[in-house]
Amino acid sequence: MSTEVGTMPEVKEASPLFGKKERLLITDPLNDNNPITVQVLGICSALAITVKMANALVMSISVLFVLVFGNMIISALRNTIPSRIRIIAQLVICAGLVTLVDIMLKAYVYDVSKQVGVYVGLIITNCIIMGRFEAFAMGNKVWPSALDGIGNTLGYAWILVVVAFFRELFGSGTLMGFRVIPESLYATSGGVYFNNNMMILPPMALVLVGIIIWIQRARNAKLIEQA
Amino acid sequence: MAFDKNSNGFTFGFSIALVVVVGTILAVTYMALKPAYDENVRREKMQNILASLNVEVDRDAAPERFQQIVGRAGLIDAQGRPIPGDDKDPASSDAFQLDILKQYKAWKANELKAEEMLYPVYEANKEGKKLFVLPMVGTGLWGPIWGYVSVESDGRTIHGSTFDHKGETPGLGAEIATPIFEQQFPGKTMTDPNGTFTGIKVYKGGSNTTDEHGVDGISGGTITSDGVDEMLRRTLAVYDVYLKNATGNSYSQR
Repeated sequence: MSTEVGTMPEVKEASPLFGKKERLLITDPLNDNNPITVQVLGICSALAITVKMANALVMSISVLFVLVFGNMIISALRNTIPSRIRIIAQLVICAGLVTLVDIMLKAYVYDVSKQVGVYVGLIITNCIIMGRFEAFAMGNKVWPSALDGIGNTLGYAWILVVVAFFRELFGSGTLMGFRVIPESLYATSGGVYFNNNMMILPPMALVLVGIIIWIQRARNAKLIEQA
Repeated sequence: MAFDKNSNGFTFGFSIALVVVVGTILAVTYMALKPAYDENVRREKMQNILASLNVEVDRDAAPERFQQIVGRAGLIDAQGRPIPGDDKDPASSDAFQLDILKQYKAWKANELKAEEMLYPVYEANKEGKKLFVLPMVGTGLWGPIWGYVSVESDGRTIHGSTFDHKGETPGLGAEIATPIFEQQFPGKTMTDPNGTFTGIKVYKGGSNTTDEHGVDGISGGTITSDGVDEMLRRTLAVYDVYLKNATGNSYSQR
C-alpha cells in the first residue's frame, strides 16, 4: 500500500524545478508525513465520502484544485497579506476557491455534486488546507507551494482511494459504479453472498484508516515511536 | 512614504480589495455557469416526475422520455379547480415552471394565503394507462423535503412515488429518498371505498403497515417522517378534490 515512495523512478538532473528538495515536497506527504495517517488531519472527510470510489476521486480532485491554487495565491501574496488578518485572508481565499469548485461541480457533474455537495463546502474546514496555507505557503515561494499542494493532496487522495476501494467493493460489490462481484453470487438471486453493510457506515472507514496506519507504521521505521 | 503592510490603512484596504476581487470572480463564474446548472435542475425535475411513474431514465434522456410520457401539465387552485388556459408543451408550461418550494416558503412566511396557492398536476400516459403525477413540498428536520406521487386513473390508488430532501440526516431521515420507503406506496389508496378522503398516513412504529391508507415511517427519522405525513395530508387533500372531478368518481361523500 505504502510502497509508492520506495520506487520513485525518475532520477532527474537537479533542475531548479525538480531538484531533490522539490521532489521531497511531493513524496514526503505520501508516506512519512501523510496528512491523514501521520498528521491525522482531514479525517472527517475521509470518513464521509469514501463509500464510493467516484466520490473519493471527485473529492480528491476538488481538494487538489483548492490546495494547489490556494497555496499559490497565498504564496504570491505572502509578503502583502497584513499579518494581523492573515488567517482571515487565507480563509477568504480558501472559501472563494471552494465555492468556485462547488459551482463548477453543480454545472458539469451534477449527480456527483449532489452526493458530495455537503462535503465540498466542508473543504473550507478541512484542516489540511488551512494547515498548508499557514504552515507552508506563508513562508515559501510560489513553485514549492504548488508542489507542496500537489504532494499533500496526493497523500490525502491515496488514503481516500484505498479506503473507498475496500468500502465500495465489500459494501456494494461495485468499483467506480461497475459491478465486480457478480449478481448471481448474491443471496437475493440464489447465491450465498451478502454485501457487508458495516462497510457502508462511517465507523468502518475509521477502522480501515486504522489498519492503514498500522501497516504503515509497521513498515516505516521513521514512524515508530520510541517508548 | 514607507510601505507598511501592517498599518491600519493597508489592512483595511487589503481586506476590502481581497473581498471585492474574490466576490467578483465568484459572481462572474456563477453567472456564466448558471444556464448549465438550471438545465441540470430542469432535467432532474423531469427525471423525478418520471421516477414517480416508475420510469427510470438517465438525466440526459429525461427530456425525450418526458415528452413521450407526460401529455399535459396544468395548474389547479387550492379548491381543486383546474385553472384554464395552459395547453402549452408540458416541459415549458406554467405548471412545470412553477416553483412550488418558493410558493410553500411564501405560505410559511405568511406572505401567501393557503387559498391562493397553486398546485401543478401532470397527466401521463404510460403503456396505455392514464396516470396523474402530483408534486408536493413540505418540511423535514433540517430543511425542505419534496416528492412526486403518481395516482392511477381511478383517482385514488397510488401508482408510484419518489421523495427527496435538501439535507436530511444520511441513514436516518434521508432514507425517505430510498426505494425501501418509496416502494411502500404503490397500491395504497388515498380514499376509502366510499370516496371519503383518508390521505396516506406515515406511521411511527410500523405496527400498521397493513393499513391500505398508510405506510411505515423511518426509524430514527421521526421528524422527517412526520414531515412527509404532513406534506401528504395537506397536499393530497387538495388533489383529491381535483381527482374526483377529473376522473368522474364523485362519490357521495363527507
